[in-house]
This record gives sequence, structure tokens and C-alpha cells, in this order.
Amino acid sequence: MIAGPGLPLVVDAVLDVAPDIRAFVLRHPSGDPLPSFVPGSHLPVFCGEGRINSYSLTGESGAPETYAISVHHRRDGRGGSTFMHALRVGDRLACGLPRSAFAPVASARHHLMIAGGIGITPFLSHLRAARRWGRSASLLFAVREGAPVPHAAELDALCGDLRVLRGRAAMTAAVEAALVDQPLGTHLYVCGPEAMIDDVLERAARAGWPAERCHAERFGAVLPPGAPFEAILRRTGRRIAVPAEASLLDAVEAAGIPWPSLCRQGVCGECRMEGVEGTILHRDHYLSPAEREAGNCLMPCVSRGAGLITLDL
Amino acid sequence: MTPDEARLSRFPWPFTGDAYRYSANVEPAPKLRRTPVGAWGGAVLDVDADYEAELSERAAVLARDPARHVELPHMRAATWDALVWGLRELAATHPETMSLAGAGRHLVWSNHRLGLTQGFRLGEEDTLPMAPLRFLASQIQEDVVLLDQREGQLFADAGCVTFASNWSMAFDLGMSFREIHGPVPHDLADGAIPRAEQFLMRLQPGEVFRRINWTSTAGHRLDTALDSYHEWGPSRRALATGDLAAVFHMRNEVQHLVRLPESGAIMFLIRTYLLPLGEICRVPEWRRQFAAVLRTLPEDILQYKGLTALRPRILAVLEAEPVEAA
Ligand code: HEM
Ligand code: FES
Repeated sequence: MIAGPGLPLVVDAVLDVAPDIRAFVLRHPSGDPLPSFVPGSHLPVFCGEGRINSYSLTGESGAPETYAISVHHRRDGRGGSTFMHALRVGDRLACGLPRSAFAPVASARHHLMIAGGIGITPFLSHLRAARRWGRSASLLFAVREGAPVPHAAELDALCGDLRVLRGRAAMTAAVEAALVDQPLGTHLYVCGPEAMIDDVLERAARAGWPAERCHAERFGAVLPPGAPFEAILRRTGRRIAVPAEASLLDAVEAAGIPWPSLCRQGVCGECRMEGVEGTILHRDHYLSPAEREAGNCLMPCVSRGAGLITLDL
Repeated sequence: MTPDEARLSRFPWPFTGDAYRYSANVEPAPKLRRTPVGAWGGAVLDVDADYEAELSERAAVLARDPARHVELPHMRAATWDALVWGLRELAATHPETMSLAGAGRHLVWSNHRLGLTQGFRLGEEDTLPMAPLRFLASQIQEDVVLLDQREGQLFADAGCVTFASNWSMAFDLGMSFREIHGPVPHDLADGAIPRAEQFLMRLQPGEVFRRINWTSTAGHRLDTALDSYHEWGPSRRALATGDLAAVFHMRNEVQHLVRLPESGAIMFLIRTYLLPLGEICRVPEWRRQFAAVLRTLPEDILQYKGLTALRPRILAVLEAEPVEAA
């Protein structure tokens, strides 16, 4: 998944919502409204040194004046949250457009949300949408013993059916009870630490929940666009470099060689290249397994090479 | 320019080569595409000289048959999302005649082309004279379908479609993408339809793609929905008896696919363009290419498009005199 087109933002406010959890309000430098987003969306943020972290958007989703994100400082992490926690009001931040990967299902009879710790963040926008469109929702929220509840006031205002659970035993009991006591047509949403997500999904499966009704948001960095590699053009002996952020098709076109294309997403079949040698990393949705197996054709709009490949150009 | 000339110059020619097969033929939009006689595709919502006439025709169809507009209750948020997206897009494309003003959830729509100003509050149906989706359809020439994405599939759960090409929005309401495309031949084998669905499900908010579909109609007739077959069905007889160059119309649909920004629904916009065979013949390149495509079209696609019996006669018109290179 690539971060997509850029969105430059400015830090408008910084506030601590719990120990180690800091909220940031971001706006467009021009003051223009920001793109709307689907509830549960995350914002890709460039955190220095080529790292892209994604943070759930917690504020209003319809053409908002500002975006809000909350960041948990992980001292043992890869440094993205340390970078974030060092931000001050007025700092500029390179972001991508919001991406949707944890959307509420509009036709659900009821929305059962289960959050652990910082995993509460995507549910803030879910709950706002539920309130606006009159959708039924309930939330189980696991918070460490003795820790303050992040976003407590907002959650109280947004959700009439909120239970804060302290400690693993209380959470497990509440989850077990909730999973067997939901109206037909309920959808389940989980976000939190990996182990908690796996545990809830396993219990749901055991309780007979179909996988299509269970949705999980796992935190992690957005995948980098791909590693750089090089291509040799057999007919001319030219060598072209394909940087991480460009596709092979981009690089071929940049070298002044016109090549047919349509979707640039690996689905239409238009850009197919034959006679390729070297290790191909297929990322398209077009070629059949047999064609991939043959190892001599690729869709350059999305697929890449490893190290050095040779093209019949 | 006569209406026919205007239509000719903006006609979205569907072929890029001498052969046509089904494929997931999607490309990023908008993007202006030049043709031998003009250009098309510079805007997602295309307002042209037929704007007022086509909108009155849509209103008349809806008055006769209100079931051309249908929605399932869970699509409420998506219909508002579609309305705001559509009005913003119109205003951005035609700032001289259209605008969407206002702050927060209170908006004011002005359309000088129709002499209309309408204030409304987002999410409050009683602030509009009609349902949001139908209001959108009263401002754009495109037909609209909204698809809900859930459980790994897309479902056509709302739509306002008055100019369907031989299908029915009311009949298709609630169907999955695969079910809707059930009648399409020669396809599942090639996998274009499942591939297109996978592609659509990965579309991100703000992304817009388009594709063209082509078929035919007898006469300049926009409403060829299955719902009104009894009205227009008999007119196809003119294809057998009448002057083919005047009666046979190529029917092209420019279809845009938009991931709506707030509801996450997919909006499918269908804009229908009609051009008589006689007009096609005025463009040597089109004439030659259409003939080449017809000669190589697989039997089942010919059949589906209703061209099997007509093909020899269309070819006779296209190839009536030698074509010079364009
Ligand atoms: C990239 C997306 C899509 C592709 C590649 C695609 C492809 C096709 C093709 C090849 C046909 C046959 C047309 C002909 O030969 O005249 C067709 C028909 C049709 N498509 Fe799609 N389509 C797409 C999206 C959609 C969407 C979003 C809808 C939403 C409702 C839709 C509704 C229909 C309908 C109603 C028909 C007519 C089926 C019938 O005969 O009853 N299509 N489509
Ligand atoms: S351009 Fe469509 S598959 Fe590459």
C-alpha cells in the first residue's frame, strides 16, 4: 500500500490526553477545509528517515477544518512516536491523504466495538458517524488498572453504551458475554494490541461469528512503496533506475519510451510486458498463476524487479 | 453548430484499436481525450448543450415511474455524501453558473443554468424538496447508482437511473456486483468482472476512474430501461425496415467510479451519448474502425449487444464507399 498523494499539514495544537498519549490537531497551511474521510480512516504521516506511520483520525469526518490524531509514545518502537512527540505548534508535517481500511458497515443492525488502550482512536470517528446517522453502537474499552481513560469526556458524550474494563479478566468476561448476546446482523470491530485482537477474533469464531462480520484494525506502519531496483533495456543496452516511489512503468516513460497503459493499477491488462528476465515481484491482479510461474512477463504499472532485471525494450 | 455536429464533436469514441473484447477497461479520470473531430472527458460531470432537455426528460420519466429512484435504508449517509460530492464537483467545473456556498452543515446550492437556488442542511431530508439522491439527479445528466461495500462484495443498494440501457434499477436493487453482471457473456471466463470488482473495492476516497461501454439504440432515445420496454421495444423494428444510417444509434456510456469520501460508498455515474450511424460515417477513422471491430467481435458479445442480425447491414453502410485515410 503506497501512501498516495501528499498533504502538507501544520501542527495547530498539542495536548496530552493521558500519560504518554499526546493528541495533535493539524490544519492545512492555507486554512482550507481538509478532505472528508470515511470513519475509521488513518492518516499516513512521514516521520522522518523515510518512515511512514499511520494514525487514526479521531475528529469530524465531513470536510473538517482540522484533523486530530492521538499518538502513544513507544520508547521501544521504531522511533516514529518519538518523532511525533517532539512536534511543537507551528511545525510542518508531511502527510498522505486519509486511507480507509476499517469502515463501519452501513447495513449492520448493531455495531459492537472492542478497544484496548490506544486502540480506541478509530472508534472516535465510528461513534461520531453512528450518532449522526442514528446507528446503534456499544463499546467495550480495556484500560490498564490505575491508568486514566484516554478521551474519556468525548467517549461519554458520543456513546450511550460504553463500558470501561480494568484488567484482562474483566475484559475477557465482558467480551465473552457480549459475543453471545448481540442482535442478529451485528458487526464486530476490534482495535488494540495484536494479542488482544487475536484473542477477541478467536473467541468470536468459537462463538460462531462469520468472519465477514468481524473487522480488525491492526496498528503498523504503511508498507513502503517497494525497494529500488534497476532494469536493463536489452535492445539498446541502456540501464534505467527505478526508485522506491516510482513504478517500472513511470521509469520506462521517464526514459522517453512510450508504453501502453490504462488503469496503472494492475487490473486492466493493457501494459503487459513480455520477454522479461530476472526476478519479478508480481503485484498485479491480472496475470494468472501459470503466467506468473512462467516468470517472463509482468505488469510494469505495479510489479517490480529485485536487484536487476532485463526488459525486451 | 447543429445539435448533431455538437454531439459529434463531443462523442466519446469507445475504440482504441481494431478489435474489442471485454476487459476491466478503467482509467484515471478526468482526462481530456482528443478525437479526429473534437474531444471528450475533460470533466467527470459533463454538462453540455442537451442539459436542460435531458433533465426535463428525466423529470418526466420519474413522474411517470417513480420507481426509477430506489434506495435501501442503510444508504442514507451515502446519498447525502453523493449529493455533496456531486454539487461540489459541478461547482468546481462550472464556477460561472454554479456554486455551493455555506458553512458547516448548512449549504446553499445555486444553479443559474436552471434558475435555481436551494439551501439545505446536511442529513436533514425535510430541508430538500426531494430525496438527496433524486435532487442530485435533477442537477446532472448522469444516472447514479450507489454501491455499498461489505463482506468482501459490492451491492447496488441505491440508485436514480432513468436512462438504463435495457436493465432496471428497481429490479437490480440490493443485488451484488456479480449478480448484476450475470447476463454478461464471455466474461467470467476472462475474469474481467471479478477483477473489476476487486479493483473497485480497493479504490480509496478521492479516487475517480472511468470506463466506456458501448451498445446500440433505435433512434435518439435515452430511456431504454427494461421498465418501459413495452414503450420502446417495438421501435427496434425500425432497425429492420428503416434507413439504418438514420435509425441505428451507437449508444455510449461514459461510466465514472468514485469512492465517496465520507460514507465510503462507491458512486457509479452513467452518462449516455447517442450518435446515428450516418454521423459516425462522417469520420473516416471511426467508420473504418467500427467496421473492423464488428468483423472481429465474438459471437456471444454480438448476440448480447443485439447485433447478430444487424451486422451485415451495418457493415454495408460503413463500407458503402471507399474510406480515405483520416
Ligand atoms: C469497472 C467496473 C465495471 C466493468 C468492467 C463492467 C463491465 C461490464 C460489461 C462488460 C458489461 C456488458 C456490457 C455490454 O456489452 O453492453 C456490463 C453490463 C452491465 N453493468 Fe457493468 N461493469 C462495471 C461496473 C458496473 C457497476 C458499478 C454497475 C452498477 C450497477 C454495473 C452495472 C451493469 C449493468 C446493470 C449491466 C447490464 C447487465 C444486463 O444485461 O442486465 N457495472 N458491465
Ligand atoms: S496499466 Fe492496467 S494493468 Fe498496467
